[in-house]
Amino acid sequence: MADKYMELVNTGATKKLAKLLGLPRPPRLRRYSVDSPLLPGPLLVLGTSARAQELSDVLISWGLDVRRHDAGDAKLGGLLLLLDEAAHPEELSPNMLAAGRALRQLLPGARVVSFSRPALAEDEPALAAVRQGIDGAMRSVGREVRAGATANGIVLENSTSIVSPSALAALRFFLSGRSAYVDGQFLTVRNEQGVLPEDFAKPLAGKVAVVTGAARGIGAAIASTLARDGAQVVVVDMPQAGDSLAKVANSIGATTLQLDVTAADAAQQIMDHAIGRHGSLDLVIHNAGITRDKLLANMDAARWDSVIAVNIASQLRMNEAFLAAGLPNLRIVSLASTSGIAGNRGQSNYAASKGGVIGMVRSSAKLFEANGGSIAAVAPGFIETDMTSKIPLGTRTVARMVLPSLMQGGLPQDVAEAISFLGSDSAAGLNGQVLRVCGQSLVGA
Amino acid sequence: MSQQSARNAVIIGGNRIPFARSNTAYVNASNQDMFTAALEGLIARFGLQGERIGAVSGGAVLKHSKDFNLIRESVLGSSLDHATPAYDVQMACATGMEAIGSLANKIKLGQLESAIGGGVDTTSDAPIAVSEALRGILLELSRARSTKAKLAALAKIRPAHLAPNAPGTGEPRTGLSMGDHQAQTTKAWGITREAQDELALASHKNLAAAYDRGFFNDLVTPFNGLAKDNNMRADSSMEKLGKLKPAFGKNLGDEATMTAGNSTPLTDGASAVLLGSEDYALSHDLPMLANFVDFEAAAVDFVHGAEGLLMAPAYATARMLKRNNLTLQDFDFYEIHEAFAGTVLSTLKAWEDEEFCREKLGLDAPLGAIDRTKLNVNGSSLAAGHPFAATGGRIISSTAKMLHEKGSGRALISVCAAGGQGVVAILEARS
Repeated sequence: MADKYMELVNTGATKKLAKLLGLPRPPRLRRYSVDSPLLPGPLLVLGTSARAQELSDVLISWGLDVRRHDAGDAKLGGLLLLLDEAAHPEELSPNMLAAGRALRQLLPGARVVSFSRPALAEDEPALAAVRQGIDGAMRSVGREVRAGATANGIVLENSTSIVSPSALAALRFFLSGRSAYVDGQFLTVRNEQGVLPEDFAKPLAGKVAVVTGAARGIGAAIASTLARDGAQVVVVDMPQAGDSLAKVANSIGATTLQLDVTAADAAQQIMDHAIGRHGSLDLVIHNAGITRDKLLANMDAARWDSVIAVNIASQLRMNEAFLAAGLPNLRIVSLASTSGIAGNRGQSNYAASKGGVIGMVRSSAKLFEANGGSIAAVAPGFIETDMTSKIPLGTRTVARMVLPSLMQGGLPQDVAEAISFLGSDSAAGLNGQVLRVCGQSLVGA
Repeated sequence: MSQQSARNAVIIGGNRIPFARSNTAYVNASNQDMFTAALEGLIARFGLQGERIGAVSGGAVLKHSKDFNLIRESVLGSSLDHATPAYDVQMACATGMEAIGSLANKIKLGQLESAIGGGVDTTSDAPIAVSEALRGILLELSRARSTKAKLAALAKIRPAHLAPNAPGTGEPRTGLSMGDHQAQTTKAWGITREAQDELALASHKNLAAAYDRGFFNDLVTPFNGLAKDNNMRADSSMEKLGKLKPAFGKNLGDEATMTAGNSTPLTDGASAVLLGSEDYALSHDLPMLANFVDFEAAAVDFVHGAEGLLMAPAYATARMLKRNNLTLQDFDFYEIHEAFAGTVLSTLKAWEDEEFCREKLGLDAPLGAIDRTKLNVNGSSLAAGHPFAATGGRIISSTAKMLHEKGSGRALISVCAAGGQGVVAILEARS
């Protein structure tokens, strides 16, 4: 239905009518495909940074048309703001005003990305002020840009620079179609870890990845995205979902493992299968999840307990077993939810489990890093799936079209792209992050 | 002995769809739909997408004439490399056993590196033929050249010709149904109603317990909304089974013991088993659950009453044991297909019977009793149902997994078949 509406308000006579009536016109998002260019037009770089020249060389090696400081009247595919050296709020003015002028030249699906540093309690007040100010400014830009353009930021923690491996990886992610439904978000580069792929079309080449809950919806999209990105995939789901699971596996050359993730030996079965059949276990996507919505006042133990058991307790148990097994360089990406961040009426159980995922990820980062691995989470907003199609129509329409800056629900692929990126070696320096894929909204399962 | 010079054929794994009682979950599924589904689940489990398998062999007992290339057509509809050869086999209820055993032999000979064997059957989508008389008239019509000749042919059709010939489980040479045949054997061996009901109850309890412990998680893939065999009655009891009226051997009056509870129902389903050489399994990082050691077929003259219709496995087992220098007690698992509880119990009793073993099997001493705790430990056809050609694949893959879980030992498999035939096999754990 969303597609039909989008078609109507964006084409022909109905487009004019929609404009006249002031109907929301959700734009077509620029999504990734292997042969699409990194950006739809030139990239204008504003601001200064110690290693700007090195960065520029990298961008050119990526095939980008890079313009420094001024692009004249040229239409722009992207805008990069180097704000990591800003020391006082008064210094923002020239770059932000120049950025404002450039916003008018953005092509549909353009990207605005900033580099900045974190505002810390021990910083000088003025320094902390400008750094936190950039956060607010970029989130506002996200709400202002149109036609599927987005604005996101990269925060350089500790002594990392704009050319640290995970800084470059995050930049490439934000510029590309992989971040289509990520808007108004920040990724923090923690350290110099991370290795950029030899082939950006196959960032997971040689990796063995396990996806739980892969029989349908977001899980199936994750599995096919990881396979597209070069991974050998193992798809896991409940035995009852085995037929859908087999279809997913056969469409992407994966192997199936029919397994209830709440089983005590789930992690062992996953390791046995991945290592026995494919030689290693490099990436686990904890996607399996259920909803059993009910207002807390009407909640029963079955609903509460099953959601906790599947959505968070199983992940904690499996992670413990993976850590105990000492698998080298193991990366984990978990599915959180914006409900776990902002809460959602009728979802106290679900929000507890998804908030739990976020807590688990932050606390587990050091544990996985000890073996060269990492852990991250993706928090989807409103994604068009079988699960969200059960939400009443009115709520769903509002959730998908009005609240997010991008005026639409995301697709399972949008979540999958973020997961594939955070699960890649290039994202090692982003260990412990939670990335929202929500079109800059705060509603949804 | 040729067994020792040949290389091993190993069972890598299997897959089946849940078995469904006739005219229930798979009422609109064809043999090809079901066998393709069994193949697709197997392909997904073992990552065989795009792989050229040495051969796929299997069949169906009840088959439409349009399905002359059933297995090849299923392969073409699957995710395997379409350059995978496939052929149909048919040996009544032993179809799956014969298909898999022959593939194992080809692997042992070095002719194949990998193979898939199995079978499928549906009684919901069974072929219905026109009467023989109508068939004759229609053939005459197709030969007629002139309008006059055509009209003359058509004029021969009578209302009675329109009654269709539905397939049954009756033996063509005796006109008796398989159940009525077994009822004679059951009576001859003095098998009680209670013993049959006990076996049926154990089948249901064992199958349900196997599902509960996840035994079938890597053996079964759901199909058409069904995740478990729908004939299974976990809550069955001697009391419930005892209430059922006799369904076969009704001419025996008060002595009739065979009911719908201790006989298999008509069932739809499909199964497939992946086999390979050790090299194939190792080079593809595939598991090796068990060796397919040997198999043997036998047939008996049931037509003139010399032997019971379903007793051939008793003979085949004796020959196979001798060839392999084994006794009947040298096994850790006995998988005796439960066509009827009476079949299993008659066979066991025959093996214990001195006269039968001496006169019929030509042995100096009886084969003896088996440890009944090793019999059909994860349930068998009375609970799971019996889609004729699919039963062999079900038993072989489950048995191979049981041996793998145990880590040692060997298993005897026995499957009886229409026409007085039967096929038995030995599987051995990989040490």
